[in-house]
Amino acid sequence: MLKKYNINAQIIFLTVVLMIIPFFFENDFYYEIAILSMLNALIVIGLNLLMGYAGQVSLGHGAFAGLGAYISVVLSTTYGLNPLLSIFISVTIMALLSFLISKPILKLKGHYLAMATLGIGIIISIVLEVEEEFTGGSDGMSVDSFVVFGYEFSDSTAWYVLCAVLLVFTIWAFENLINSPFGRLLRSIHDSEKAANSVGIDVSYYKSIVFVISVVIATIAGSLYAFFSGFISPQEASFSHSIELVVMVVLGGLGRVYGALFGAVILTVLPQLLTSFEDYETLVFGCIIIAVMIFMPKGIASLFDNILKKKEQNSASS
Amino acid sequence: MLQVSSVTKQFGGLKAVDELSFNVKKGTIHSIIGPNGAGKTTLVNMITGVYKVDSGTVFLDGGDITNLATNKLVHRGICRTFQHLEICGNLTVIENVMLGFDKYMDKNILRSCFRAKSILEDEKRYLKRGMHLLDLIGLADFANKEAKNLSYGILKKLEIIRALATTPELMLLDEPVAGLNPKETEEVSELIQTVVADEVTVLLVEHDMKMIMKISDHITVMNFGKKLAEGTPKDVVNNEEVIKAYLGSGALSGR
Repeated sequence: MLKKYNINAQIIFLTVVLMIIPFFFENDFYYEIAILSMLNALIVIGLNLLMGYAGQVSLGHGAFAGLGAYISVVLSTTYGLNPLLSIFISVTIMALLSFLISKPILKLKGHYLAMATLGIGIIISIVLEVEEEFTGGSDGMSVDSFVVFGYEFSDSTAWYVLCAVLLVFTIWAFENLINSPFGRLLRSIHDSEKAANSVGIDVSYYKSIVFVISVVIATIAGSLYAFFSGFISPQEASFSHSIELVVMVVLGGLGRVYGALFGAVILTVLPQLLTSFEDYETLVFGCIIIAVMIFMPKGIASLFDNILKKKEQNSASS
Repeated sequence: MLQVSSVTKQFGGLKAVDELSFNVKKGTIHSIIGPNGAGKTTLVNMITGVYKVDSGTVFLDGGDITNLATNKLVHRGICRTFQHLEICGNLTVIENVMLGFDKYMDKNILRSCFRAKSILEDEKRYLKRGMHLLDLIGLADFANKEAKNLSYGILKKLEIIRALATTPELMLLDEPVAGLNPKETEEVSELIQTVVADEVTVLLVEHDMKMIMKISDHITVMNFGKKLAEGTPKDVVNNEEVIKAYLGSGALSGR
């Protein structure tokens, strides 16, 4: 359905916010956190399309992002390919791979699908750790700088701009996608696969397509993070990273593009804010997440839904 | 238009449908009735490719559609509804109807992301047609309500309308009035009759005898997976076998 409110207005608002934020940055560390937040947000937006809209759980997206990043890095650093070309090749490989994987595993539902994606994720992270010849093993490997058309992304500002542009574009494209017939089709699969099937939708094909889209975005964001930080280790592809991504989706709000953004930003920034708690950092972090899930079971994005609803009611009653 | 010839489905030792054959004529309401467990829903599931047919064939207008998946059948002009509601609860009423138009809509991912003209035009066109369908059954006021908040009766009708949106030639309705009150039943049977007037053929599985007798052109009676009797409503009511199956053999001899 075409939404009443204007998507473009949201995009402009987001762009303005992203332009203003850097004025409050005191040093490079702030940039680093902001860039990491945005790249996480990208992966989570893709994962949210799969989990929140199409209703398919994946506990392996950290591993997909990590594997995609490794392919890009090995191609560019070890074999000296152009970074942009390496990312492109990596995206192609990951798209094919995820399409092949999706065919058998997306037949599974609920817990079983979670187990299957979990298994694949663990296999990927073990492979990355064991294939020392290519990946440098558990010590990781350093990554050459990101050079595009002769321009080297060396300072944080350039990276910030790149990630911000990518983020704004992705959010715009996804908002459009969600509000198109394609988006409605995805939501129908979430609600009732039988219903979707009965109106002629090839459910398994579209599930695969969404899976591929989410893996492609994870690959791009994961690769960019490796180039940005100049280092990559199997930690990127670990189970805990996959879980972190799922928590971001759920905390932000399943089935909301902006929820994914909130979830990613909050879960990336919060640990940094909590460092003053020192030993109790993880405890406080855990308590905050539990509290959010108890009081906002539909995620942080639901906070804004309630405000909008109240506004509507007020305007209707007056 | 639909030819079902000696289809069989076995679950373990139980033959749910046993060598059943019948023909559905174009533009008619053909009803399948039978006591609980006679195999009616199994039959619908076989025709719509949910279950694989053990043996036998299903032909539509001379083309073999045996074991073709439900979603592929929609493109051949067959659409079904379910005994137990299959409505997308988180979608609004109009979105559920528009889902029915899915096969006509542009779903190219790139064009969707960039809000291409074809996407917007499709949305506009089918929103209009969807609203028209909702008007037909007086649900236009509920168009923007989330389906999960609506009553069972409304959703039963919505499911038929959604199936109708796929513009089928043959509709399979699996117990469309189960659980409805007499007034709602009346509304649904009127809706079915309107549908048939639009040159859609209807294969109806139902328990509500009053409705069946009133609107059916042709009836096939099933019992224990086999065809018990066949004919017009009048033929069937007077058939001894049918009375036996429904009321027990004592009902006849006691008279």
